[in-house]
Amino acid sequence: MQIIKTENLTKKFNGFTAVDNLNLEVQEGEIFGLLGPNGAGKTTSIMMLTTLLKPSSGTAKVNNFDIVNQPDAVRKSIGVVFQDPSSDDTLTGYENLKLHGLLYGMPADLREQRIKEVLKLVDLTDRRNDLVKKYSGGMRRRLELARGLMHHPKVLFLDEPTLGLDPQSRTTIWAYVQELAKKEKISIILTTHYMDEADQLCNRLAIIDHGKISALDSPSNLKKVIGGDVVLVKVENPNLDEIKKLDFVKKTQVHDGYVTLTVANASENLARILQTIGKVESVDVHLPTLNDVFLHYTGKEIREGSAEGGWGERVMSFRSRKN
Amino acid sequence: MYQMSQTKNEIVGIYAVWYREFKVFLREKSRIVSSVINPILWLFIFGAGLGSSINISGLNYQAFIFPGILAQVVLFSSVFYGVYIVWDRKIDFLKEVLVAPISRTSIFIGKVLGGATDAMIQIIILLIFGWIFGLVGLIPGLHITLFTGIGALFVLFFTTVSLTSVGLILGSQMESPEGFQLISSFLLFPIFFLSGALFPLNNLPVWLGSLTKLDPMTYTVDAARHIILGTSQYGLGLDLIVIIAFMLVMIWLGTYAFEKMKL
Repeated sequence: MQIIKTENLTKKFNGFTAVDNLNLEVQEGEIFGLLGPNGAGKTTSIMMLTTLLKPSSGTAKVNNFDIVNQPDAVRKSIGVVFQDPSSDDTLTGYENLKLHGLLYGMPADLREQRIKEVLKLVDLTDRRNDLVKKYSGGMRRRLELARGLMHHPKVLFLDEPTLGLDPQSRTTIWAYVQELAKKEKISIILTTHYMDEADQLCNRLAIIDHGKISALDSPSNLKKVIGGDVVLVKVENPNLDEIKKLDFVKKTQVHDGYVTLTVANASENLARILQTIGKVESVDVHLPTLNDVFLHYTGKEIREGSAEGGWGERVMSFRSRKN
Repeated sequence: MYQMSQTKNEIVGIYAVWYREFKVFLREKSRIVSSVINPILWLFIFGAGLGSSINISGLNYQAFIFPGILAQVVLFSSVFYGVYIVWDRKIDFLKEVLVAPISRTSIFIGKVLGGATDAMIQIIILLIFGWIFGLVGLIPGLHITLFTGIGALFVLFFTTVSLTSVGLILGSQMESPEGFQLISSFLLFPIFFLSGALFPLNNLPVWLGSLTKLDPMTYTVDAARHIILGTSQYGLGLDLIVIIAFMLVMIWLGTYAFEKMKL
């Protein structure tokens, strides 16, 4: 069964199309990823699916409720973990959860029981009475994760769940997300611009660029599309004509002073390539990654370095407020 | 699944928003302390300084400005409380509240009640101080009774509801906290100075007199002065009509602003 189905979902800001006729379906129980660079339209899509932003055209169904006509029913069906901190740091962890339970109209006994359960799930039981301002970034994220699923939503939205966290906290968050997906049996839709995150967590993912889907499949199927090993060569004035004549080179792409080649059996054929291509500064051989997939479909790389992620989208949403 | 009636949900939602505001208020002790110290400085330094050379219609000057200082506390506390919603938006806390299955009207009402609670607690503390100051003769002529104290609290409650709404309307339209200073220079100080909190209204030049009549706070100060000191310019009836009308208009505008608020 589909838990989310979008129909030509579109959002324009002052003539700029942030999300362009998005059509996708998310199945019940899966972890679905939206992977793309900053400003690709991921957060805008989430904002529309969570009823915080009205689509310019098109619509979507979440848990069979229409996001435009039945926003209240949609809100009751979802939990959201936002990109920026969304807990109140002058309250304790427990108080933040209690506030959430009240906002969602949970009866007191169920609320207290769920607070215990979700705190245990993210290992914050010992810290429940500490002010959130004393939490580390990773702990705060875990608290917000716990809060997002406290009211038994059918779908949990995670917008860049590990943005700004150190590598260790990121792996911890991944483990929690996988565990709660298993234990709570809910569908999760997450956005990320981290390749490893998408690869690790998602059952299926959509590569999204300029508000459009470039590809949609499981991470392993997406990587199969590459059809060989990847050889990344840094070289000035590559001898592309000769390279293209080699029968084991399946694909050639030039970008920012690098050449990316898709090669059958790279370990045997590397020597021939290096002899042919020109004056090589550096070379890297690896199995296909999502980064290669992204390059394959969009002709550019996702820059993982820009960890301020979503800034572009935020600026966009700032602008939209003036409308 | 748990099902409650929509009305009950909304009421619990209002309580939830209020619960958070109240907790935060109690934690920011420095804010409570300074909100009580400031008016006392006004009373004893400004009031004593100017009062040493004037008295107004037979009243001690410090007693005369006491109701005005209460109104000042309500004015600054309520408007800034409302404008603070800008900080909720700066992080994603506001989204967490807006994505919950309760109406924006309920969120607005919860916020207003939170602001009103803050202001009323400060006013109760100041009324108790005023009662003590009058009792021990520190401010001659100030006699606060339980009855007048509760009366003043009522009038100021209506005003704090209006002014918290004003703050929330401003805050819901502001994109960054940089506008805070502008609000206090161009809105709050003029409103405070024109309200007659610090001077009587009966002998003013025409231009100033007309401006004070346009200031909604004038009627709050006048009503509080009527209740606490038994002297007023316009009479309690007219004061209350203006105060309540202003409140209803601001609540209406505030709910509208919240409905239209973008993220």
